[in-house]
Amino acid sequence: MDLSTINPALLVASLMISATPILLAALGETIVEKSGVLNLGVEGMMIIGAVVGLFSSIHFSNPYLGFVFAAIFASIFSGIFGIMVLYFKSNQVATGLGLTLVGLGLSSLIGEFLGSQKTELLEPVYFPFLSDLKFIGPMFFNHDILLYFSILLTLILYIFLKFSRAGMILRAVGENHDAAHALGYNVQLVRMLAIMFGGACSGLGGAYISLVRVPQWTDGLTAGTGWIALAIVVFSNWNASKVILGAYLFGGITVLQLNLQAAGVKIPVEVLSMSPYLVTICVLVFISVNGKNSSPGSLGKTFHI
Amino acid sequence: MKIRKLFSATIASLALGLSTSFAADTKVGFVYVGPINDGGWTQIHHENALVMKEYFGDQVEMVYQENVPEGADSERVMTQMALSGADLIFTTSYGYMDPTINVAKKFPGVKFEHATGFKRSENVSTYSARFYEGRAIQGHIAGRMTKSNIIGYIASVPIPEVVRGINSAYIHAKKVNPDVEFKIIWIYTWLDPAKEADAATALIEQGADVILQHTDTTAPHAAAAKAGNVITFGQAADMADFGPKPRVSSIIDDWAPYYIARTQAVIDGSWESVDTWHGIGDQMVGIGEISSAVPVDVKIEALALKFRLASGDYHPFTGPLKKQDGSAWLGDGEVANDGDLAGMFFYVEGINGDIPQ
Repeated sequence: MDLSTINPALLVASLMISATPILLAALGETIVEKSGVLNLGVEGMMIIGAVVGLFSSIHFSNPYLGFVFAAIFASIFSGIFGIMVLYFKSNQVATGLGLTLVGLGLSSLIGEFLGSQKTELLEPVYFPFLSDLKFIGPMFFNHDILLYFSILLTLILYIFLKFSRAGMILRAVGENHDAAHALGYNVQLVRMLAIMFGGACSGLGGAYISLVRVPQWTDGLTAGTGWIALAIVVFSNWNASKVILGAYLFGGITVLQLNLQAAGVKIPVEVLSMSPYLVTICVLVFISVNGKNSSPGSLGKTFHI
Repeated sequence: MKIRKLFSATIASLALGLSTSFAADTKVGFVYVGPINDGGWTQIHHENALVMKEYFGDQVEMVYQENVPEGADSERVMTQMALSGADLIFTTSYGYMDPTINVAKKFPGVKFEHATGFKRSENVSTYSARFYEGRAIQGHIAGRMTKSNIIGYIASVPIPEVVRGINSAYIHAKKVNPDVEFKIIWIYTWLDPAKEADAATALIEQGADVILQHTDTTAPHAAAAKAGNVITFGQAADMADFGPKPRVSSIIDDWAPYYIARTQAVIDGSWESVDTWHGIGDQMVGIGEISSAVPVDVKIEALALKFRLASGDYHPFTGPLKKQDGSAWLGDGEVANDGDLAGMFFYVEGINGDIPQ
């Protein structure tokens, strides 16, 4: 065992990359669920984002446009779910699962055209002075713009949900849709916007896998990341600040356990492999156990006018 | 109602994506663990299956099912294939071993061929390739080319097949470079591009400048390309898109002659349960072009090694070799027998870490 082979700066940098797709998708889903809609199609929206992102990045030779198109298409894709559950009153659980299945199939179809083409990579953002710092520089100040965006988004959504009027309307709709309706809010519109925002976030998360983390296309690229994001939303008690903690814990331990294996630490590999799931759940349950359960009251219920 | 229809149609189209064509005399089924465009293991099985189909033309009907999880799901898929009239079914992943045996019991008239396993019955054959011969060549090139003397190995599932590959690569890297060290990561899956890329990145960050993989996708190559100055090897398929660097060579599986021979045997009625284990000599294991990124002298040594392996002149597991715990395994000049190789579940001396049980 030789822990000195693990470079902490590189480790932290990798864990941030590994956590970002989960963070983006989980933030989006938090907003969706806060509006009272349970969208189990995160995995499907992510993989649509992944394939569309890579496709447009290659097509336009511009990874930034890849992210833009990933967000737009995943958002439109989630709009299908929105129309079905909001206007045709379909069952949210079944429709969400359907969205995942369609997403997986559709992405594999689009992926046929991609083959093993390669994309250009995102340039790291350069912070004057900060990026040149020893140790801290490569750790925190040598990432791509999307990673910083995801952290900023966490902050914005935290403030949005807690302090803004629009955030309160969103929460009201999720908490008790009949009361919100009686107050004159357009429940369906609010929910539709939330769903499409969630779709865009998931799309960005998926594109982050295909454009940054892997970067290439393979069928089933997201490999369950969407489900992890869904779980993190629940365990973090629908709280954006805990979502980022959950995503970084999960992403962090995933990368850490790989590094510990490579360093030859004397912990059974089986234990290391399950550690990301175990630790994330334990920590989030532990910090949420004393707070009030803030599961939105109307979550998963169909709204009838 | 609409939703339910859509939902069930989606499931049906996903679950039963079997390609069917006109009725032919013989129907051959293939069960794949990954997607047919994974760029590796499954893709090469599928391409070889298509070669078989092309060879027989209308005489043979081919059906396949991709992305079949190992376990109960695979039993359902095999049963479905057998029920729909398949005469011969190839199950192409280690984890299909027990399901294949179970389903074969229920359909004594159908012949089964299980890849990389060791359980056979009246109507179940096994076939595999001596990938460890290719691993010897990889180990040689890796040992000669590494500058950091750290070689990263992405291991998939702890089964003898994978352990054999690690040992063979290590023995031959060590032979040409006594300072070499292997860092091994088990990711417990055959394919998960994000995890494979993360594992490759973790190994590279810990100093590895050679990445060997026993997983199915090209994600480790993409990670290596991103990191720069790291070399990789194609696994199962040539993965030539990543050449000349990072991918410097590859192990290519060539199942087509076997698929043709076995299908012919079913057509002729001469099919028997057999255990096939072919290597470079029988051309079931191919070595992909050694790229221009490899120094000429290393390339020549590697090719010489390939010919010695092909002719049977040299066996990758030739003594003296000790097990990891220092106990004796093979005496001077002694060669490992197939039984030992098939059940190999120990590291050879010099490798650090434990094999997950």
